[in-house]
Amino acid sequence: MAKRIDVSGLNAYYGSFLAVEDISMTIQPRTVTAFIGPSGCGKSTFLRTLNRMHEVTPGGRVEGKVMLDDENLYGAGIDPVSVRREVGMVFQRPNPFPTMSIYDNVAAGLKLVGNKKKSELDDIVEKSLKGANLWNEVKDRLNKPGSGLSGGQQQRLCIARAIAVEPKVLLMDEPCSALDPISTLAIEDLIGELKERFTIVIVTHNMQQAARVSDRTAFFNLAAVGQPGKLIEIDDTERIFSNPSVQATEDYISGRFG
Amino acid sequence: MDISTTKDTAAPPTPQPSADQKRAERGTTRPGDRIFLGLSRGSGIFLLALMAAIAVFLSYRAALAISKDEANFFTTFEWNPTAVPPEFGIAVLAFGTIVSSIIAMAIAVPVAVGIALFITHYAPRKLGGPIAYVIDLLAAVPSIVYGLWGALVLVPQLDGLYGWLNDYLGWTGILEWQGGAPRSMLTVGILLAIMILPIITNVSREVFRQVPQMQEEAALALGATRWEVIKMAVLPFGRSGVISASMLGLGRALGETMAVAMVLSPSFEINASLLDPGGGTFAQNIASKFSEATEMGRDALIASGLVLFVITLLVNGAARLIIARRKEFSGANA
Repeated sequence: MAKRIDVSGLNAYYGSFLAVEDISMTIQPRTVTAFIGPSGCGKSTFLRTLNRMHEVTPGGRVEGKVMLDDENLYGAGIDPVSVRREVGMVFQRPNPFPTMSIYDNVAAGLKLVGNKKKSELDDIVEKSLKGANLWNEVKDRLNKPGSGLSGGQQQRLCIARAIAVEPKVLLMDEPCSALDPISTLAIEDLIGELKERFTIVIVTHNMQQAARVSDRTAFFNLAAVGQPGKLIEIDDTERIFSNPSVQATEDYISGRFG
Repeated sequence: MDISTTKDTAAPPTPQPSADQKRAERGTTRPGDRIFLGLSRGSGIFLLALMAAIAVFLSYRAALAISKDEANFFTTFEWNPTAVPPEFGIAVLAFGTIVSSIIAMAIAVPVAVGIALFITHYAPRKLGGPIAYVIDLLAAVPSIVYGLWGALVLVPQLDGLYGWLNDYLGWTGILEWQGGAPRSMLTVGILLAIMILPIITNVSREVFRQVPQMQEEAALALGATRWEVIKMAVLPFGRSGVISASMLGLGRALGETMAVAMVLSPSFEINASLLDPGGGTFAQNIASKFSEATEMGRDALIASGLVLFVITLLVNGAARLIIARRKEFSGANA
């Protein structure tokens, strides 16, 4: 089941550097929320706080609260490993495991949680690959290496890998920025289908993409280089792209800066 | 061929097309490229020629000795090349070399991989650096020093270990101890393990350091613990590198001379137990016999050296096959 995300008063640091300051927002289940903003505004950093990947970076540290339904991801006694099993992630560059077959890539997360029955695995792998619109292209070569696929196929393989463990939320960090337009379109269609089952948060540099795929859009900005990134506004995508309430947002989406 | 290069070099106002074409076919003709090509090609040819020369020398001298050998060169437990008639065989040496190297690898590879993982993935940077530095230093210690340490420190300390092995594993036969001095194949293996540990650690460390961040993050984002990241992303990625590292270590173990000669009580017999003193290795046997050998004795020793050469080639070939067999799943495709 998709879950709701409720962020309040979140600061993210790299060592002593405050990268993202005082972010609060609510993300509804089964919606697509796009994060846009100029480079360095902290949107990727913020995204990575939502599955506790930020603290993997040396010096990475987070203050504040991220509620996943009723559970604070940064509460005492919460294991980051179990958080990441609930909140899946797709990265900027496709990163299937080169040493594994297509099948094993999709099954990788399932094996971590101990789901080891072959027939069950087969079903989930097929379902996940179908869910990622990749099944028809790879069903005859499941035992071939994942690195032999095209970039767009690899990215869909990574999506299949992420959704195979049935996360509540799917985070996507510029998932199409390394892909050609046709592969991009395939991923965008897929996002539209996946939002029936997951809460999706996507970081993108492509404003048309944000307008095409998202229900809500959050605009991030920073005052100057070296200053922390901030959430300027979050609203329905339609409104952000037609009549935003903050001037900076309009300047950015109309291409006047950034 | 690159057209722009041709244009660039076509400085004269009336370039002759035929000369230009020829130049284009040969590729670039800039002096720097030509010199570098010559140097690198020359180095490659030199290496091959050197290998061929060694093989020819070993084969020629070995053939001289083996043709006079009255015993079976491969199965005889004896080394009397100067006897009349000459009788010598490499069975004991081949057995000792291979067994001591297997013991060394069995001990060194897991430990080396463990140290390399600790340095790259567990230790804080402040600790990992110094450890890596110390291990670099260990790799530079001459083998005679390891041999001295082995003979003067290690051997006298081993009674305890031997007694323990005999108490608990003596029933297997291969770890039974009759109470002799611990100058056996096991001791050789332990010392060799210590000697090859640094090189395997260093190369493995470099390989593990090359694992792309995004591979490790992929595993983390799936909910992998630190150990699971290593199992999922780091070890498979480093697999071929660790095999290569182990081959470097194995090469040293197979050919180690002085250290082995200093801790082993050599004899021309194969013991049932690894804990009984005796046995020998190719390199140790050559080192201890060469200085006093006659012409015939030297040829016999060279024949044994040829066998070591062939064993090394076979082992390296096998390692390459193992790596090549899973080439399409190599971490290099990331």
